[in-house]
Amino acid sequence: MSALALLAHDETGAAAGLLAGLRHPISGADHVLAMLAVGVWGAQLGAPYVWALPVAFPMVMALGGMLGLVGVALPGVELGIALSALVLGALVVAEARPPVWVAAGIVGLFALFHGHAHGTELPAGTSGVLYSVGFVVSTGTLHALGIALGLLHRFERGRLVLRGAGAVVAAGGAYFLWEALA
Amino acid sequence: MSARRLVAAALAALLLAAPASAHLVQTGFGAFYDGLAHLVLTPADLLSVLGLGLLAGLCGKETARATMFPLALAWLAGCLVGASFPAGGELAAPCALSVVLCGLLVALRAPLARRAAGALALAVGLLHGYADGATIRPPDALTLAGASLCAFVLVTLTAAFVVELREGAARLAVRVAGSWIAAVGLLMLGWELRGTP
Repeated sequence: MSALALLAHDETGAAAGLLAGLRHPISGADHVLAMLAVGVWGAQLGAPYVWALPVAFPMVMALGGMLGLVGVALPGVELGIALSALVLGALVVAEARPPVWVAAGIVGLFALFHGHAHGTELPAGTSGVLYSVGFVVSTGTLHALGIALGLLHRFERGRLVLRGAGAVVAAGGAYFLWEALA
Repeated sequence: MSARRLVAAALAALLLAAPASAHLVQTGFGAFYDGLAHLVLTPADLLSVLGLGLLAGLCGKETARATMFPLALAWLAGCLVGASFPAGGELAAPCALSVVLCGLLVALRAPLARRAAGALALAVGLLHGYADGATIRPPDALTLAGASLCAFVLVTLTAAFVVELREGAARLAVRVAGSWIAAVGLLMLGWELRGTP
């Protein structure tokens, strides 16, 4: 009864840009599943995959984001993102071990679609640079989380858990693919 | 890339630049601290210095030593030139490119020789220092000194931190950080090409 009136306001400019960037990669299950799968796959395969994949992904993702920013259209972005979860999940299930450059190429190809989606979805009135910082940090953190989960690979049952998680990611990807095609 | 080419590229970027419009953050602690805050709060400056520090640290003590002083001195020189001849201006795209370059070299763990690292530090310092000098208003000598000293302290601390890392995983984390810096630099470049909102 005696409380004073609340004077609050929305974040704008730099703060809104950073928060929007941090939030964007975790705002869609398709992004989250694919990012986690990149980390888990790298951790399953060990060095040099465990660092090559999380290094390749953000750089190619940024390239995709840059293409989106300057207005270069990329066909089938939603399909690409859905496929990324499906394929990366399947690779985790199979514990596939292609050559490093092939693995980095697969991850890089999908990163292009994720980056393009991030690059074209900046909310109005926010700082573009800090939005970029936010979504790179958020994406990298999801990779790190995936790598941390991938540490279960040291244990016999942990390997089974990771394969099961890969199957969940692949199933999610199949669902998103269905949605994208519908 | 040779040292001469790096310096030539930095000078070309300075000559080809268009007019700028920026303002200084007022900390309330005086001109010197305004300069310190400017570097920390300017993403392109901060990321290029951190990237250079990570790279210098990965390359070892000798390379780190060859990077610290050229960076700070070139930053100060660039600031003074920028403040005296601010006609240059919109250097955001070349600055973003320098962030990409520093991050990429870290991610690739490029084994730079002392001379090449020193030349890179010179080029980065001149470029970013010039951008600061041309855009900080008013271009107080203490403000410019604050920005240059901040660059020196940051690159020194970052390089010292990385030089001490022995664990493979920790050094890999540094490379991942480099890829993040390169990624942000690429996106900064995208914003500049599109027109930053």
